[in-house]
Amino acid sequence: MLKALQIEPEKCTGCLQCEMACSFHADGVFNPSKSRIKIFTFHDEGRFVPYTCTQCSEAWCMHACPVEAIVLNEKTGAKEVLADVCVGCKVCTIACPFGTVNYDQTSKIAYKCDLCGGAPECAKACPTGAITYVDADHTGLARMRGHAAKSANMSAGA
Amino acid sequence: MSWTKKVLRINLSNGRISSEPLRMDWAGEYLGQRGLATKYLTEEIDPKCDALGPENKLIMTTGPLTGTMAATGGRYSIVTKSPLTGCVACSNSGGFLGAEMKSAGWDMIIFEGKAPKPVFLYLENETAVLVPADEIWGTSCWHADEWIHRKYQDPLLRIAVVGRSAEKGCLYAAVVNDLHRAAGRSGVGTVMASKNLKAVAIRGTRGVGNVRDISAFMAAVNKGKKVLADNAVTGQGLPKYGTQVMMNVINEIGAMPTRNMREVQFEGSNNISGEAMHEPRKSDGKPNLVTNAGCFACTIACGRISTIDRGHFSISNKPHYWGASGGLEYEAAWALGSDIGVDDLDALTYANFLCNEDGYDPISFGSTLAAAMELYEMGVITKKQTGGVELKFGSAEALSWAAEVTAKGEGFGLELGLGSKRLCEKYGHPELSMTVKGQEFPAYDPRGIQGMGLAYATSNRGACHLRGYTVASEVLGVPVKTDPLVTEGKADLVKAFQDATAAVDSTGLCVFTTFAWTMEDIAPQVDAACEGGWSTEKMLETGERIWNLEREFNLAAGITAKDDTLPPRLLKEAAKTGPAKGMVNNLHEMLPKYYEIRGWTKDGVPSKDTRKRLGLNASGLAG
Ligand code: SF4
Ligand code: SF4
Repeated sequence: MLKALQIEPEKCTGCLQCEMACSFHADGVFNPSKSRIKIFTFHDEGRFVPYTCTQCSEAWCMHACPVEAIVLNEKTGAKEVLADVCVGCKVCTIACPFGTVNYDQTSKIAYKCDLCGGAPECAKACPTGAITYVDADHTGLARMRGHAAKSANMSAGA
Repeated sequence: MSWTKKVLRINLSNGRISSEPLRMDWAGEYLGQRGLATKYLTEEIDPKCDALGPENKLIMTTGPLTGTMAATGGRYSIVTKSPLTGCVACSNSGGFLGAEMKSAGWDMIIFEGKAPKPVFLYLENETAVLVPADEIWGTSCWHADEWIHRKYQDPLLRIAVVGRSAEKGCLYAAVVNDLHRAAGRSGVGTVMASKNLKAVAIRGTRGVGNVRDISAFMAAVNKGKKVLADNAVTGQGLPKYGTQVMMNVINEIGAMPTRNMREVQFEGSNNISGEAMHEPRKSDGKPNLVTNAGCFACTIACGRISTIDRGHFSISNKPHYWGASGGLEYEAAWALGSDIGVDDLDALTYANFLCNEDGYDPISFGSTLAAAMELYEMGVITKKQTGGVELKFGSAEALSWAAEVTAKGEGFGLELGLGSKRLCEKYGHPELSMTVKGQEFPAYDPRGIQGMGLAYATSNRGACHLRGYTVASEVLGVPVKTDPLVTEGKADLVKAFQDATAAVDSTGLCVFTTFAWTMEDIAPQVDAACEGGWSTEKMLETGERIWNLEREFNLAAGITAKDDTLPPRLLKEAAKTGPAKGMVNNLHEMLPKYYEIRGWTKDGVPSKDTRKRLGLNASGLAG
């Protein structure tokens, strides 16, 4: 069964545990500035929104790469950057409509979420359940359950 | 090791910026943050110096766990000499700035001297530049924050800034970071402004590594996160209600200081409680609380993000305040609420926004306003001083007005900015000032919680709940329940809390973790991160050392045992209602015992043996 990251922004508190877990897994240091998942704060609205690669089936980045450095991991469905093939041309960063592929000045190659090989650290670190790793066909299940509970309440209260 | 082992030193007088190694010998004795910066301060300044003169220094400091994944590991402190109290000041803040500073590669930034003209510090990893701040001098924290973000077109810059209150000399001005987190108490913002330093803007991209034993660290961190999640206070109460979870609890036990501490219960407490912040408003059906929010790395997330009712008189014609921002914490809700007898949640939230927008401590402000209201009631302060405003207890309009003039440092706001002690002295009634060592009380009445009386009287930064929160034991039963109405055993309890807290404040962690964590949970995280063998025992001994060093600083500054006292109201006027009815605080039953177990003389001075045992020999204290 293929799994996917399920993100529920309404649960997020903006603590950045996920960003640290991500950067720690990838680079061995706690460094939110190098995280593949990003939390965006909309202060005036009181909203925190985690955002990362959704691993498109027909991935723009993968198709755009001129040296075929971005490949599909059949097991996880992730599109992964092959560090030794990537030439750092940044075409993928332009191709991705969501901005989730970025260039790293230090390593001089592109980097993106690779689902940590099938055990995403961000989901493990998140204290609120805003990021979970679930059946890829059912990332809407938790929200459906929430609404189902509400409608059940309504009829019970009627 | 987790320390970056680097200190950035900035001489504002001549613009010299230099980097130096962190004194690791001191780190071994004082750990980091509160302890280590106090050691630096004590070595480098004369405790008798003018807090607002160029000879005072201001230290921004992180702890070894700041910037790591340890739950709540994002704290930083500002350590300096306080203009409000003359004591050593150490104000702790969360948000994201501390971790950013660490990620830029610095344990500490020491500011010295005074800039000839307003500047701000721009720090990107190793690059530190002092930039002219003329365009933002005279503007609010929120405005300056936005201006700096725009100037650098970098939304990820983390900014700490002082507001107009600080520039105008308000003695309890705060340093505000990330818009609504603050190093709030003792006037650390006033010191920053006195140095013509408007802001510190930081971008760090190096990350925090160098953890001594990373697998032990991650194991300890994950265990700690689980303890916080499973605990009723840190796992449920704080995320849902914030520190406001305390409002109704404290009111019920009759320890809610009300109307300048004349009473100990507030009839309107329910309307300004954490529960009330969840209630849909009549006007638009939305609650005051929008969401809870976490500081960096925090898995508790006690922070409140609130809105004010757009139809409320305070903001109905001010769209600037229609968005969400940092909402009421318990201390603010108390000071802006019960202590001045106001139970209008929107007015409190508005005043709280202003405290954040222009950077001043809501506790000291509310308490000073309470004293002013009592003086007004007595006819000592009149409409002549207030320019026609009726400064009555219970008036939401008076609160809004007072918060506005204090924010801008205008008119009567300048007098409110003096703090309660100086205001009451000025009007000839020093006995009405609810302060210890010049700092205003927080939200726990020591008649109803006896141990807090001793904690306040002996706190090294003046009245404060965060120096020894015996409320945890006396009210909540953490780690063991003690009777809040007795004095027996409280000297030991206060000492234990003071020492433990001093250690926690030196790690980079938030003290709120200690609702769930004991030192047995904290020491393994520190030990896995840092060299030096940080056992529980060493942590507690370090806490005791820090406490004594702070005491030594204060003694050298001329603050002595005679200042270890409470206002006459709390020692002589009995509580009128509640479980503590008929009681005063019996400080005299606790204080001598406290000196004794501290290893201090009858005059409250650490004895020779105590000094020797703790290795206290700071050069700044010589003579
Ligand atoms: S760890 Fe979870 S709660 Fe924290 S910022 Fe990330 S998504 Fe939000
Ligand atoms: S418990 Fe509250 S104050 Fe402490 S770090 Fe977490 S959100 Fe910040």
